Amino acid sequence: MNEQRASLPGTIAAWVVAFLMVFPILWMAITAFKTESEAIAIPPLLLFRPVLSSFAAALAQSGYLHFALNSIIVSLGSTVLAILIAFPAAYAMAFQPGRHTQDLLVWMLSTKMLPPVGVLVPIYLIFRDTGLLDTVEGLVIVDTLMNLPIVVWMLFSFFRDIPRDILEAAHMDGVGPRKQMMHLLLPLASPGIASAALLAIILSWNEAFWSINLTAAHAGTLAAYIARYSAPEGLFWAKLSAASVLAVAPILLFGCLAQRRLVRGLTVGAVK
Amino acid sequence: MAKLELRKVGKFYGGFEAVKSVDLTVEDREFVVFVGPSGCGKTTLLRMIAGLEDISSGELFIDGARANAVPPDKRGLAMVFQSYALYPHMTVAGNMGFALKMAGAPKAEIAEKVQEAARVLQLEPLLNRRPRMLSGGQRQRVAIGRAIVRSPKGFLFDEPLSNLDAALRVQMRTELVKLHQALAATMIYVTHDQVEAMTMADRIVVLEGGRVAQVGTPLELYHRPANLFVAGFIGSPKMNFLSARAVAIGPRETTLELAPDRVLAFPSPAPALAIAPGAAVTLGVRPEHLRFVESGPLRGVVDVVEHLGVETLVYVKESSGGTVIVRTDDLSRVRQGETVSLALHPDRGSLFDTAGDALFHLSPT
Repeated sequence: MNEQRASLPGTIAAWVVAFLMVFPILWMAITAFKTESEAIAIPPLLLFRPVLSSFAAALAQSGYLHFALNSIIVSLGSTVLAILIAFPAAYAMAFQPGRHTQDLLVWMLSTKMLPPVGVLVPIYLIFRDTGLLDTVEGLVIVDTLMNLPIVVWMLFSFFRDIPRDILEAAHMDGVGPRKQMMHLLLPLASPGIASAALLAIILSWNEAFWSINLTAAHAGTLAAYIARYSAPEGLFWAKLSAASVLAVAPILLFGCLAQRRLVRGLTVGAVK
Repeated sequence: MAKLELRKVGKFYGGFEAVKSVDLTVEDREFVVFVGPSGCGKTTLLRMIAGLEDISSGELFIDGARANAVPPDKRGLAMVFQSYALYPHMTVAGNMGFALKMAGAPKAEIAEKVQEAARVLQLEPLLNRRPRMLSGGQRQRVAIGRAIVRSPKGFLFDEPLSNLDAALRVQMRTELVKLHQALAATMIYVTHDQVEAMTMADRIVVLEGGRVAQVGTPLELYHRPANLFVAGFIGSPKMNFLSARAVAIGPRETTLELAPDRVLAFPSPAPALAIAPGAAVTLGVRPEHLRFVESGPLRGVVDVVEHLGVETLVYVKESSGGTVIVRTDDLSRVRQGETVSLALHPDRGSLFDTAGDALFHLSPT
């Protein structure tokens, strides 16, 4: 009868685990409001007077806005590009599958299993020779390629839920593939497209490996901005924390606002 | 309008032959129904005519022109899908006008055609609603309206009534027949429901295992089925099949033996039956062509009695083992467990050979 209600020890254990997982982020947020000396105090201070000086320093010193702008351009740019490429690809795979469509889909996903560092050298060399190193365009291309398999898969799943009859009816009505995509798929799959786009934006925003390795001062994103704080001159914990909070806050806020849509998008087709 | 000709049309899916060499001519303005059990190839055949499936072998002619390679929208045919396939994000008017809009027709013309179709189908008050706000019957009408607006040469219906409840199905059936008269267009209609086929069709095409089992008017199929499959498929309740042996085939009279002491004689057809005396045959008798008598060639015990109001169906366990269904009047006093004797209608029934093909029919038509 009481199966639905969790037991008390279970609830406590769940809260402990949740606290442990969120603790580093929480500690980072707390440290951001300390002075540098308070930040390294042993034992750690739990009670202190919060100050904003670290935020001021982080913003003043390191060109936060420049990096933030790059993050916005790269995540939005790569997302738009990925959707534009994935949309017709997913259309073809969902509605005109060939004999090898399934293999192709699995292969695309398998590229995500390859560690990025495995292709770092070739990509670095290609970027060097084509002059894409430390350019926003270069990073947009890499992020687009990185997200493409996931975006194709998500759109493919959404398209598969659209009754085939509707497109066949359009076919009988003399509506070709391009118009079908524009007038039928785009409106019908808009929740799916939005979910895929949200995920792509978040993944791209959080992407650190390529951003750190392929960019420097010019095209760096917020991930590269944080990485710069572990500089040779030493670690400034309060400033690093403040910078991290500044880097994480926009996407965290964005994620919270988009949460419902995201969950719906990721679980599509899971239950019928 | 549209005359359709299928010449040896076949469809293969890999090694599987779904439609086997179908020859058929659908005349202009004819209402033809493809009927058969599921998996008989009727929908595949319709989709090949529509252009949604490639024709693997054979040829399709629409108004004399070869249409195998003509894209669906250029064939001048409109299709109504089983699932209606309405565009969910568009209003009723949007759905109906979509094809014309995509073809670049002027707005005034689209509005006029949509209005006209809405008037015919009584959809005028619903034009601004979306499909999800409509009942099943209304959605079905919108799907038909979408087809009408294009002024096609012919209409293709793929089991359009199977998602409706029984009462609505009967009503829509009549409406479709009226629509056929009003539009004077060629219509091909696919269904697995033989009642729909019987009530609506000018001609019925019965399909079995991808092959045409028989083509004919409803009454031809009912009274003169070409084989056991058609005989059993058309008509509800099913035709009774009685095993018999042809004992005497004379110039005047043919005698069948149903059981050792029970024989049945009827006037010999001309030309005489092409079977040897003693050959096994199957006698097909419709339930309404059997009646209760004091002493007849069939005897048995009443198993089940179904009072349907307008008529009574009596299931008789026959002495040879099989069950025979008798359709009798509403006032039948027959009781379960009673021993009864049955006589056959003197000039109704069909005789089939061991291969299942009809040998001859006693029907007057």
